[in-house]
Amino acid sequence: MDTPLETPFAITLHTGTSLDNKTGSWRTERPIYVDRMPPCNQACPAGENIQQWLYHAEEGKYEQAWRQLMQDNPLPAVMGRICYHPCETECNRGQLDDSVGINSVERFLGDQAIKHGWGIPVTTSASGKRVLVVGSGPSGLSAAYHLACLGHSVTIREAGSMAGGMMRFGIPQYRLPRHVLDAEIHRIVDMGVKLELNTKVSEIPQTMKADGFDAVFLAVGAQIGKRAFIPAGDSANILDAVALLHSMEGEEPPQLGRRVAVYGGGNTAMDAARTARRLGATEAVVVYRRTRERMPAHDVEVEEALEEGVKMKWLSTITEASGDKLRIEKMELDATGFPQPTGEFEELAADSLILALGQDVDFSLLEGIDDLVIENGSVRVGPNMMASGTGVFAGGDMAPGERTATVAVGHGKKAAKCIDAWLRGVEVEAAPKHDVADFSMLNTWYYCDAPKTVRPQLDMVRRQSTFDEVVGGLDESNALFEARRCMSCGNCFECDNCYGVCPDNAVIKLGPGKRFAFDYDYCKGCGICAQECPAAAIMMVPETI
Amino acid sequence: MLKQTEGSRGVADAIALCRPEVICAYPISPQTHIVEALGVMVKSGKLTQCEFVNVESEFAAMSACIGSSAAGARTYTATASQGLLYMAEAVFNASGLGLPIVMTLANRAIGAPINIWNDHGDSMAMRDSGWIQLYAETNQEALDLHIQAFRLAEELSVPVMVCMDGFILTHAYERVDVPTQEQVDAFLPPFRPRQVLDPVKPISIGAMVGPEAFMEVRYLAHAQQEKAVDSIARIGADFQASFGRESGGLLRTYRTEDADIIVVALGSVLGTIEDTVDELRAEGKRVGVVGLTAFRPFPTVALREALGHCSRVIVLEKALAVGVGGIVTADVKASLAGLPVETTTVIAGLGGRPILKTSLRKMFDEASSGALKPMTFLDLNMDAVNREMERVG
Amino acid sequence: MSVQTIKFYQTGSFVVGNRLLEPGQRSVQSDPERSNALTSGHRACQGCGEALGARYAIDAAMRATAGNMIAVNATGCLEVFSTMSPETSWQIPWVHSLFGNAASVATGVAAALKAKGRTDIRVVAQGGDGGTVDIGFGCLSGMFERDDDVLYICYDNQGYMNTGVQRSSATPPAARTATTDVVGPEPGNVFGQGKSGPLIAMAHGIKYVATATVADLRDLEYKVERAMSFRGARYIHILVPCPLGWGSASRDTIQMARLAKETGIFPVFEAEGGQVVNVAKIRSKVPVEAYLSKQRRYAHLFGRSPRPDVVAHLQEMADDNIRKFGLVDNVAEEAY
Repeated sequence: MDTPLETPFAITLHTGTSLDNKTGSWRTERPIYVDRMPPCNQACPAGENIQQWLYHAEEGKYEQAWRQLMQDNPLPAVMGRICYHPCETECNRGQLDDSVGINSVERFLGDQAIKHGWGIPVTTSASGKRVLVVGSGPSGLSAAYHLACLGHSVTIREAGSMAGGMMRFGIPQYRLPRHVLDAEIHRIVDMGVKLELNTKVSEIPQTMKADGFDAVFLAVGAQIGKRAFIPAGDSANILDAVALLHSMEGEEPPQLGRRVAVYGGGNTAMDAARTARRLGATEAVVVYRRTRERMPAHDVEVEEALEEGVKMKWLSTITEASGDKLRIEKMELDATGFPQPTGEFEELAADSLILALGQDVDFSLLEGIDDLVIENGSVRVGPNMMASGTGVFAGGDMAPGERTATVAVGHGKKAAKCIDAWLRGVEVEAAPKHDVADFSMLNTWYYCDAPKTVRPQLDMVRRQSTFDEVVGGLDESNALFEARRCMSCGNCFECDNCYGVCPDNAVIKLGPGKRFAFDYDYCKGCGICAQECPAAAIMMVPETI
Repeated sequence: MLKQTEGSRGVADAIALCRPEVICAYPISPQTHIVEALGVMVKSGKLTQCEFVNVESEFAAMSACIGSSAAGARTYTATASQGLLYMAEAVFNASGLGLPIVMTLANRAIGAPINIWNDHGDSMAMRDSGWIQLYAETNQEALDLHIQAFRLAEELSVPVMVCMDGFILTHAYERVDVPTQEQVDAFLPPFRPRQVLDPVKPISIGAMVGPEAFMEVRYLAHAQQEKAVDSIARIGADFQASFGRESGGLLRTYRTEDADIIVVALGSVLGTIEDTVDELRAEGKRVGVVGLTAFRPFPTVALREALGHCSRVIVLEKALAVGVGGIVTADVKASLAGLPVETTTVIAGLGGRPILKTSLRKMFDEASSGALKPMTFLDLNMDAVNREMERVG
Repeated sequence: MSVQTIKFYQTGSFVVGNRLLEPGQRSVQSDPERSNALTSGHRACQGCGEALGARYAIDAAMRATAGNMIAVNATGCLEVFSTMSPETSWQIPWVHSLFGNAASVATGVAAALKAKGRTDIRVVAQGGDGGTVDIGFGCLSGMFERDDDVLYICYDNQGYMNTGVQRSSATPPAARTATTDVVGPEPGNVFGQGKSGPLIAMAHGIKYVATATVADLRDLEYKVERAMSFRGARYIHILVPCPLGWGSASRDTIQMARLAKETGIFPVFEAEGGQVVNVAKIRSKVPVEAYLSKQRRYAHLFGRSPRPDVVAHLQEMADDNIRKFGLVDNVAEEAY
């Protein structure tokens, strides 16, 4: 076409001239991008940034996902098996269809790392400080790992002959295959952490002085089974669950007989009953004084035990054990939910009785630390996990809190940060607090319907008789599927909605991984972006004049 | 090439010679023969690189012309009477946008009462639409004016309406000289639009203009029309040089040199008036005629020059501004401001009423004797009017 | 039609972009290089559905034509807020003539391009519901029956919003406008009036007719692209909520469009050669009240003296759409 010769005044205009009109001045509210706390992250005792590692996994970037995960938890393959995943309980997706199988993706990532031999290089320059970690359970390993990452020289002293603590001696193999545990411990040792087995530490101050440790982290775990007084005849075969589970690691397993009763209602009780089934018991009965709803054991464990034929006897206490019989008194809950005896008795045939009534910590090693206080079965620690001003920190089962491996990992991480700060003479910087991304904030219209992928479970007969791992892993395709069920609550996942729905083109797309920015020159503050953000990662705030 | 043909046919030939690219039309008497002929030429392949669009109304016709012209195509349409009024909104729009569309108006009365015959009520209703209005006296001039109209429109980016009297010219067979394609091509260069819708150089045409610039936009349109006064004269002269005959220009004087009484008129009636003038001149009466070819822009200076020396001007109008009288008269009077020239209005030929030489002679006689009223309706049946006025009281 | 069959990708194609999709599966609007045919600085109200719909549609047309297109605009909000001299927001060749003639102007542009042998340049006409189904309907019908090579897009906000919210023939029953006020025995717009632009377009037997909303971008883009694959007359009718005229929150513009579709009030479908060939199914059916109660133009149906009878009547109309167009699976479909 011919070139226009001239254009008429005012009525014919040249393109894009409206950019001179800065409509941002109309705004009374402005959108801002926010990162809210996803409920999964908030619930994770190890403080994992679950949403973020799922973000990488969604793209099939498993190594990147794993490395993100490793920033908080050095044992993903282990935790992907034994964690009770409170993250999934809190997952917002649970209110839509079914929560995201976070735990199974974690396991997938952990297994990928083992399969591919991914390691963690220590990039921080050496601090020259030496830290002693007492105990090689989850909190000890976690602390050692994080301290190593922070450039400190770490030595773990373990009284036993193998590392892993309760992960090895308290959790049956069918839940945690030992090669997985070994691989993850090995990776930590490969980072330069010194692991000294069969080395019992008894006098902390002297040890620190003699061996030149600048700080110590106590993480010996709770390994002593609690006893209850039960009148018992000579012939009664009574043992505790901790000992039973411990004996599964290489020792000669005890003879339990055909009928086994387990006394208690926690996870250890479930482990003991399921272990008994695998050792040949045709009948394994859990006796518990309250109801199922009040059982401390996690639902998954109870479910799996029931599936394997473990029987449950609720509202029952054992009052006497003699020969192959248990005398059981029926209980009833009072108004406060506490069990009260009814005076009604019955008998239960049992060849052996396993006590699973909780565990205690062996505090004998703490003698000689002046300002250390033990109360309610735990070591009193400050907000920085410090138990004594002399550089003694404590965590895991020793410190107050729920006694799970994941909590222990979290303690280890927190202690490592606090020890690091203490060693450097600085304060630990508090991470900024974020509002929780509540389900009601999300625009769930945008998420596709997709039910949870259930991890394959071992054939029932097989798992009742062997110690093979019960719960299988996800393969790549369903791990990816599961990762992509994440709604990325409270955090931008670059869906481009804000970029697309702005009637004023006032959103700038910064490119992959860089998210977006608002162009406040033109944003009129209509709020569509915030309303249509699936993940509630945009907030409208009033303009200040 | 000399040709004995119908006026409409001659115009159609002229349009075809101008290489139009888009023709949109909706049929209305007495415009039909023009667009029928063009339609056949396009459909038969005689007129190539041209789209003929049969639209559903005159409003659509002018609207399609607006789109076509904005897209850079030489664009033509034709209409009459009600059709012009039906497209009125788009007529104003086309000129406002500065689109050089050429339209033939086969002048016809406006209803009610519905009437298909000739007068100038339609074009006069659009006199302020921003279009250039040229009036043809003969079929030859109609043909010639269309060729000049495209050049004028495209040079100035102003649409041009060529007015020719319905039936009297459109349906009359006369001998006309149809130029050759080479002659027209030499006179009329290809259309180079001032502005064009082009993906390579996008622009926005038709913005809203507020109080801060609207006056200026209108002033510039007015200035462009004032410029057109010179252009019309120049292009008319060019045409004469190229084609060897006088056609177009702003106005034409006939025997006005020493005239006492001069009639001012537009269109085909000029021929009848000139004949009457010849007869009166033969009788020694000093009368003459000025034919306005250009009504918009109004040739104020040229007209003042043509009329300034006479004592009486009669404006013979084929339209009526109800409640006022003459439409052209107002402009003529303005041109003569300050000169001792008496101006009277004669309304004639409304709705196709024949304008007879005898009536014109009577008009001249009355003018000479001073009996011609300032406002006269030629050949009005006063009996009928009086009867009706009496009846309604 | 619009829903892409893809493996589960978190949000699939519901969101604008989705980094998990292959670039080819992403929307035009997710492209950092999108043409932004209607760029920033325009004077549309906050949350304007028409501004959004126009950019969605024209950007899609720009992609479909590789930038070779010309747009014709009817008078109305879109024209006024985009081209207030001396500033234009359009980045494409664009012309505005009058309120009622956009279809004819487009016809003229198409004719010019054809005459010049430039049919590679495509023509899109656009206007609001008033300029389309009321004052411009004659021109539109003419363009349709001649099968002129024009895609006409109607941005339907259900009234004359530019002039201060008056009733058009696209205003739904019971809705309050300045000329159908909530006074008298039948407050708001009366029942039994109005017309369907898309169905009348279909009756012309033109190549392609579709409806869409600003709530389903993929569907809208697909339809524009599909429309551009045909030559001849085509029509797309896009529901564009108007915060001003509807009395809805500016942030709810997309939500309103989504509810209009999910209630069955606004059937989303496409037709070829006068026959419905596809409908967008309702994903999860919502009662009309959820849609109506968020708009002040229906406030008189709730509040102090509620009109459940009127709401029920509107629900019947929505259900009728669902039946007629088969918007919900397992509902007997009638031939349309």
